[in-house]
Amino acid sequence: MSKDTQILENITQSEYKYGFETKIEADEAPKGLSEDIIRFISEKKKEPQWMLDWRLKAYRHWLTLKEPRWPNVTYPEINYQDVIYYSAPKQKIKPNSLDEIDPELRATFEKLGISLDEQKRLTGVAVDAVIDSVSIATTFKKKLGELGIIFCSMSEAVENHPELVKKYIGSVVPASDNYFAALNSAVFSDGSFCYIPKGVRCPMELSTYFRINAANTGQFERTLIVADEGSYVSYLEGCTAPMRDENQLHAAVVEIIAHEKAEVKYSTVQNWYPGSKEGKGGIYNFVTKRGICLGDYSKISWTQVETGSAITWKYPSVILKGDYSVGEFYSVAVTNNYQQADTGTKMIHIGKNTKSRIVSKGISAGKSQNSYRGLVRVLRRAENARNFSQCDSLLMGDRCGAHTFPYIEVDNPTAQVEHEATTSKIGEDQIFYCNQRGIDTETAVALIVNGYAKEVLNQLPMEFAVEAQKLLAISLEGSVG
Amino acid sequence: MLSIKNLQANIGDKQILKGLNLEVKAGEVHAIMGPNGSGKSTLASVLAGREDYEVTGGEVLFYGKDLLELSPEERAREGIFLAFQYPIEIPGVSTTNFLKTAVNEVRKARGQEPLDAVQFLTRMKEKMKLVEINQALLSRSLNEGFSGGEKKRNEIFQMAMLEPKLAILDETDSGLDIDALRIVAEGVNKLRTKDNATVVVTHYQRLLDYIIPDFVHVLYQGRIVKSGPKELALELEEKGYDWIKDEVSA
Repeated sequence: MSKDTQILENITQSEYKYGFETKIEADEAPKGLSEDIIRFISEKKKEPQWMLDWRLKAYRHWLTLKEPRWPNVTYPEINYQDVIYYSAPKQKIKPNSLDEIDPELRATFEKLGISLDEQKRLTGVAVDAVIDSVSIATTFKKKLGELGIIFCSMSEAVENHPELVKKYIGSVVPASDNYFAALNSAVFSDGSFCYIPKGVRCPMELSTYFRINAANTGQFERTLIVADEGSYVSYLEGCTAPMRDENQLHAAVVEIIAHEKAEVKYSTVQNWYPGSKEGKGGIYNFVTKRGICLGDYSKISWTQVETGSAITWKYPSVILKGDYSVGEFYSVAVTNNYQQADTGTKMIHIGKNTKSRIVSKGISAGKSQNSYRGLVRVLRRAENARNFSQCDSLLMGDRCGAHTFPYIEVDNPTAQVEHEATTSKIGEDQIFYCNQRGIDTETAVALIVNGYAKEVLNQLPMEFAVEAQKLLAISLEGSVG
Repeated sequence: MLSIKNLQANIGDKQILKGLNLEVKAGEVHAIMGPNGSGKSTLASVLAGREDYEVTGGEVLFYGKDLLELSPEERAREGIFLAFQYPIEIPGVSTTNFLKTAVNEVRKARGQEPLDAVQFLTRMKEKMKLVEINQALLSRSLNEGFSGGEKKRNEIFQMAMLEPKLAILDETDSGLDIDALRIVAEGVNKLRTKDNATVVVTHYQRLLDYIIPDFVHVLYQGRIVKSGPKELALELEEKGYDWIKDEVSA
């Protein structure tokens, strides 16, 4: 075995930090999926008839679909009847204020570094905390309410703002979009809803924190963000799960709508349990995220730092419908041990003078497989569309894989599409140079990797960027090449 | 400070160093000269702990400690600095950030408190003046797109920041025009104290016009075959290495 590989083996030994389980009683649906289960979920949430009908329609469509097999990942067949589709932590009363939240739940989030206590927050970040299937708390509601901003759980939105939900849900990711989107549409339990009214610049970061806790449970949240004309919002999403030997399913949908001159910045630090070093357990993360720049001069920007999950299947995309609209995708995807990631983006240029930018940085270590898959599509009437794509891969060790699948479809001759790609290894020379200055190998790797991913990390809000840097270092501990 | 006895080292199956002896005391400047392929860079690399080289015999003591037992970062923390012949590029990492990490790692290993941002910047400003390097260069990615002169000056700047006890300059003059050479040499001279020592590895005499050595050693076929005062360098410049080779084979 080469020296490289040996060091690599030594360093990748760090443990998943968020693997604890909270002992809370849960209110669960029986295992399996059927129309009855969907009725059960809908009833639990006291939903109106139209919502139930929408779910059932999605379910019936899902039954006609087949699981996609084109991603560059392999996993045993999923038994969809062996999953619990609804699990809610039992709270004695429905909390009317943050003080009434079950202390056990509160402690869980404290342990994750997320304070639900508004006074304790140093920076202005409003949090919606979702555990298993339901949202347990949303902070700063009152302050946001004064500006007309709606930030609440999806269930509350269905109850209190049905006209908005009805208008926008499924408008970007239709229930029939794909296998996992259809499944989500049928059984989604909660998630966050956010509406920024005309001309309002949201004064704080909005954030949703997802936590899977219960065993054998799938998490199917749905997030809907609507930015009305001339508004701005920056949205953060974080996620973790306990360590379990079996795989758990996570099939989420995120939809973003940006009206004229609106701007939405969506940042994710995805840290679901990646499975053990031997590849046992971990989350199957099958997520559909898409935004539409509906109005002219609108902008949607996705930034993701993906370090978790056993399997990631995720392509945050932007449909550039409005003229002069802008779509961005910045991604760092790290895979280690036996993780597999097939991730990238789609930029669909429909409007004139639309611009998109893709910066993807893949980092593979251990025996993992890391694929970038991206589509840039310029439709016929998209005069002067521009795209720039940069896809870099960094390999650590000699047993991992990096793959790039770029697709470009251009139907307008005025389009300019650029694609750059590089593959590199962390050089022994670089490590030695750092060592010679007194920096040990582990710190050196973190330094080099953070340098490599800097362009993406710079896109994250400050507080998140620091967390992401640490996360990168932890995810790669022990994987020098 | 540094005591090398009968040092032997291989790269692959090939023996490069064949029993090298050298004593360096605090406050001294030693020049190691020699024709190409004589083992000069190997010596520098072995002292810094590069793992491509296998030490097969001899010993190296640094203040009485067995240097060969230490990892490269431990050697650095003990106060050994290597100015690289070909400094390495690290994209996305600024010199400032790199050095802040290095300085604080070294401090941590020595049981000192890390420098905070203000203390670090103060120190940086002071050293920047010393080696005539500008702020813009230090904010760029380490060595990426630097000219030959900028890379070498950056090495000396790092040396200034890390304040080593023993600095080894590996062919620091290669690829430098005369102005850059002078600035680099002046930087090295300003960093000289009675407590530190410098080993200058060079092929040509011209660097020694600026960095005046106390001793000059000629390395040939993996051994130091001749040592003398600074005038030896001039003699080598004038007569070349052939007479040394003749002496050795005679």
